[in-house]
Order: sequence, then structure tokens, then C-alpha cells
Amino acid sequence: MENMNVYAVKLLPKGEFIAPGHRACQGCAEVLAVRLVGKALGRNTVVASATGCMEIISSPLPTTSWRVPWIHVAFENAAAVASGMEAGLKVLMRKGRIPKKKINVLAMGGDGGTADIGLQALSGALERGHNFLYVCYDNEAYMNTGIQRSSSTPFGAATTTSPAGKVKPGQVTWKKNMPEIAVAHNIPYVATACPSYPFDLMKKVKKAADADGPAYVHIFSVCPTGWRLPGDLSVRAGRLAVESCIFPLYEVENGKYKLTYEVPKIRPVEDYLKIQGRFRHLTPDLIEKIQKRVTDNYNKLLAKIRFSEEMS
Amino acid sequence: MPKREGMEVSIAASEAIRLANVDAIAAYPITPQTHIVEHLSEFVANGELDAEFIPVESEHSAMSVCMGTSAAGARTFTCTSSQGLALMSEIVFIAPPMQLPIVMILANRSLSGPLSIWNDHTDVMMVRDCGWIQAFGENGQEIFDLTLAAFRIAEDRRVLLPFMVNMDGFILSHVIEPIEMMDQETVDKFLPVYKPKYRMDPDNPVTMGAFAMPDLYTETKKAQDEKLKASLPVIEEVWKEFGDLTGRYYHPIETYKAEGAKTLFVTMGSFGETASTAVDMLREKGEDVGLCQIRLWRPFPYEAFWKAVEGVDTLIIVDRATSYGGPGGPVASEIRSALYTLDPKPRVVDFIAGLAGRDVAPVNYEDMYTRAKARIASGDIAGYEIYGVKE
Ligand SMILES: Cc1ncc(C[n+]2csc(CCOP(=O)(O)OP(=O)(O)O)c2C)c(N)n1
Ligand code: SF4
Ligand SMILES: [Mg+2]
Repeated sequence: MENMNVYAVKLLPKGEFIAPGHRACQGCAEVLAVRLVGKALGRNTVVASATGCMEIISSPLPTTSWRVPWIHVAFENAAAVASGMEAGLKVLMRKGRIPKKKINVLAMGGDGGTADIGLQALSGALERGHNFLYVCYDNEAYMNTGIQRSSSTPFGAATTTSPAGKVKPGQVTWKKNMPEIAVAHNIPYVATACPSYPFDLMKKVKKAADADGPAYVHIFSVCPTGWRLPGDLSVRAGRLAVESCIFPLYEVENGKYKLTYEVPKIRPVEDYLKIQGRFRHLTPDLIEKIQKRVTDNYNKLLAKIRFSEEMS
Repeated sequence: MPKREGMEVSIAASEAIRLANVDAIAAYPITPQTHIVEHLSEFVANGELDAEFIPVESEHSAMSVCMGTSAAGARTFTCTSSQGLALMSEIVFIAPPMQLPIVMILANRSLSGPLSIWNDHTDVMMVRDCGWIQAFGENGQEIFDLTLAAFRIAEDRRVLLPFMVNMDGFILSHVIEPIEMMDQETVDKFLPVYKPKYRMDPDNPVTMGAFAMPDLYTETKKAQDEKLKASLPVIEEVWKEFGDLTGRYYHPIETYKAEGAKTLFVTMGSFGETASTAVDMLREKGEDVGLCQIRLWRPFPYEAFWKAVEGVDTLIIVDRATSYGGPGGPVASEIRSALYTLDPKPRVVDFIAGLAGRDVAPVNYEDMYTRAKARIASGDIAGYEIYGVKE
């Protein structure tokens, strides 16, 4: 990541494609991510949104927060709808019925709409090679319906369908590696991002939009409501996730892995876990178990990055 | 006068799609619809049709992609059957409130289980209340004609609703029939290039698919209902124009030898052809029988239907789907309710026949006629009889 902190305010594009006044909770980092994605893409963009928090907070009839063309059809099909828009715009430009210009086609969904119920539609759209960008806003549960677990919920997190009880420590499965599933489709661009690192995020979204073919960006989106943490800590929680290597920031360009933010000093996962109510019940041995898994996963990623470097 | 050519009805349907110059097709193969998708992909592969053919991974995505292409402003077509319709049904209901004029051919097939690939109307009845315009063709020519006219109706600014053309699987989809084609020039005049009212255009942003709270949901549904009902005169107008152009006229309700008849069979789709043969046979035997075919199922053409049954004593409804544990087959239930306010009104005898491809021959209609008389004589006409069950 470039060191641009000093110039940050000046460098952010002014345009907003989601208007203020939406209904997201205080401190919602998911809507912050949406805002940054919008800034990166600009106004020549059309959006297909999945059902979920970002849809519900932005589109109660008869109002809308969207300043770009936006369509919501259902929970599991944002990728399919977006692929239809891409094909539709393409054929109409080819037949000379609408002016030829670059229009970014964005599909967006939560972790549930992406890694669970929408995985098939997403896989189909990625495989067919549509020129579109899919953004997953991962807040690690079904928040819109009341904090139920998803396959993206991390081990040990308490949700309303993976509660921490006398015999179970919350979620008992490990988080699905969605970016890796996207990589397996051999698409030109895959990246992870987090709104706590806004420039890194916007740069990746731009790259994704400019990629020749499908692109996938997985955005770690802190949800203070579902994670049981004060809203003013959500940007910090995102940083802690990255600094503890729970959520490394990297990109995979044409199969080549690259770390985009090298953590100066890796923190223990406990720093991240302890500020969130959803992990409150974790015992030291469970934290140790998580630490080991995080370290292993990070090492695996580093190995892929080294391999990519050796190959080029 | 263009000449008639013998061809499989699925090919004729594909020809209609080609002549309609559709911009986008998204579909997933399922028997008995497959021949249509195959022909369409061939057209696209050979450059005979300049369209995007999107080979989706499921019917759910087929319908979802169609929502996207149509929202982008492209003339859009899909086709499916049975399980495919069941899988896409979630999205089928979302197209009408979003005013997307997608055209679908439904090659009607039974639903599992048990698994069966053969024809009946269980699939379409499952989505009866989805808000699409729903019409039935009786033969290949009708499928060709109704499909072409469907785009004109769906895309009419006064309508803007999706249109479902029902084509009986195998009985129509896989048979070879003489079809009178239309030339491109005539079609282009009848069906100009689609100019969408709303589309996904960054220069004029619109929001499609907002959600409604209880304070507005009812209003959106009332508006949707009014819109579907208001499509009826446009449908009639376009069918009339199509008739003037081709000499082939279509009406929401079609009758055969119904003038002065005391008993009418009521059918939908390809049943009509056999039923009319049966009517001829019964007429020869001196019976006072005619046929009433419901071509337009949604919006239901009440006025035309009431007119068709004026002075009739008995309606023998031949349903092609079951409403388990209900008051009758889906068609009979609707007809009974449509008749309720009439005085005097014909009595209704309901048979459920032809499930999953079970043949219903003219003799079976004669038999149903006899059984209906017996049921009337015994005063037992409530409910329904599943016809032709083997003992
Ligand atoms: C077919 C279907 N099943 C279930 C739902 C209910 N539902 C709506 S949103 C949602 C969860 C959304 O979770 P996610 O995709 O992670 O988005 P978030 O709200 O967390 O941003 C669920 C279960 C639905 N709308 N449609
Ligand atoms: S529940 Fe979470 S993701 Fe949803 S709006 Fe609130 S903070 Fe944002
Ligand atoms: Mg979520």
C-alpha cells in the first residue's frame, strides 16, 4: 500500500453513488465499503444487488439511495442478473441501439448471497466470462435477517444460529475461503480488501473494473451490530483483522498472487477477538486453536505468493 | 400467399424467435423444451440471429439473466418446462412488477414426482398467479403466431408485462406440422425494434426492484393487477392486427360448433384439436355438443367467456392438472367461480384427464360426455373425477 495518508482527503474522488440518508446502522463498515466502491467506479456504472443489508438500507419504496442505475431481483442471483445486464448492454452496443462506451457492470452481495445461496449463480457467471465485477461484502453472517451463521462466519463466533452454548463454542466450522473459490475459476482478477484501507480498496476495485473479463473482490466488512462491538471501533476492527493476518490484503492477477499490504508487525489474533462480543465466550485454548489456523493459512498464502514470484 | 412448410413445431417456434430478432436468449435445457434452445444456439452460432445466447447453469439463472438483459433494454426470450419452471419460479413472479416484457415459451410438462417428462399442465398451474400474460396454443401454427404476437403485446407501452406462451410438450413440441411462415419484412413491420421505457442507463439512472413496506405493498399489487387486466384490450387489438396481416385471427375464447349447443367441452391447449373431432362425432350422433377453448388464461377473459356459455346447460371441463384435495381441477375451479354471479348459469362437470402424457382420444371425450350425463342424472357433480384411472 502506498503511503498517501497525508493527501488522503484530496485524492478521494468527490462523486458519491450512494446518497447519504440511508438506513444502515451507525458505524456500518459494509456501507462504507459500498461508498468506496462507488467512488472507485464512478457514474458510468450499473449495479445488480442481492437481497441483504445493503439492499434493505438503500431502497424502501418510494425512495432510493442510488444515484446510478440499480436493480435488485432476489437474494441468490445478483451475479446472474449482472451477467444479463452485461450481455444486454453488449448486444445493444453491437447493434448500434445505444452509444458505445465503457459501462462498469457491478454485482454485489453479502457473504450469504455470495458464498452460500448465490454461489452457483456466481460460479456460472464467472465461468461464462462476462465482463463484470462481483463484490462480496463479507460481514461474516446473515445480518439482514438477524445475525444467523453463514459459511463465511469464522470459527468460534456466536450468531443466532450458532450460539455459544454449554457444549458448543459458537460456530464450529472454519470460514469458507471464497476468494480462493473465485481464483479457481481462472478469472483475470481476484482481490481481498477492507474499507479500513480505503486507497487499497479503491485501487483494487478500479483494477477489477478494468480487467478483461470477470473480476471478484472480497471485502471484509465490519458489522458492529452483528459482531457486538461499538460502532466507533469498526474501522479499527478491520485494521486488527488485517494486522493479525486473519484477513490478509492480497490480489491475484492472472493467477499471480501478490500481497498488497505487508503487515509491519503481526499481532496476536486475540487483539482482534477480544474487542468483539461475538467472541466473548472463547477460552484460551480455543483462541490458541484459532491462532494456529490463522498462522497456517497465512503461511499457505505466503507460499503461493513466493511461488508466483518464482514463476515470473 | 406464403406457402406452408412441414416442420417440427419446436423449429417453428425457434423461427418465430429468429424473425422477432431477439437480442438476448438465456435458457437451460430440459425435455421437452430442448429442441428450441438447440435451434436457437445454432442460429446464433451461424450468424443467422444477432443475439447474445447465454448458456446459464440453471433455470433460476436463466430467468435472472433475462431480468438483467431485459432491464438493459434488450428484447429477451427464454423457454423451459416443468422442473425448470419450478426452479425459476421465484424469479418468474418478480418480472411483472418490474415491468420487464420477457417472452417465454413453456413446453408444458408434468412435475415430479414421480419423475415424468410427459405433457400436462401441472407446471403452468403452479405459477398461475405469477402475473404474466398466459396464453395457450392449440397447434404448431398457433405457437408460431402467438409467439410473434407475444413480443408486440408484451412490449406495448400500455402493457409492459412478460408473456408466457404455453405449448403442450411432445404433443406439440415434437411433432411435424405444416406451418405458414412469415417473411422478415412483414414481421419487421408488425414488430418494430423494442424501445424500452426504462432501462439501465447511467445517463438516466433508475432504481428497479425497491422493497415495499406494508404501507405501500398493497398499492403496488393493486397497480400490478390493474395493469394485467388492462392488457386485455391491447391483446385483442394486436391479435386483430395480426389477423388482418396473415388471415389468422385469434381470440381470448375460441368456440367450435358452440352455437345453440346445450353442452360445451371446455379445454386449453392441444386438447382442443381432439375435442373438436369428438364434437363432430357426437354431433353426428345427434348430440347437442360444442367446444369452448380458453386461449387466454391470464388476464382471464370474463366477458368473452360469459358470452360463449350463454344459454348452455352443461360445461364439461377437461382439466390437465390436479389440485390435490381441492374443490376441482384448476380450470374447473376458476370456471365455477367465474360463473357464480351468472343467473341462470350452466352446471359444471369436471374431469381431470391426460396427466403426464396419458392419451385422451376422441372416444374418451365421448365417454366423458356419457359419464357427465350419468353424474348429472345422479345429482353428483360436485368436485372432480380423475378420468381413466386403471383399476
Ligand atoms: C431465497 C431466499 N431465502 C432466504 C431469504 C432471506 N434472507 C434475506 S437476506 C438474508 C441474509 C443476507 O445475508 P448476507 O448475504 O450475508 O447479507 P448481509 O445482510 O449480511 O449484508 C436472508 C437469509 C431470501 N430473501 N430469499
Ligand atoms: S446490521 Fe451490520 S451490515 Fe447491516 S446495516 Fe447494520 S452494521 Fe451494517
Ligand atoms: Mg452477511
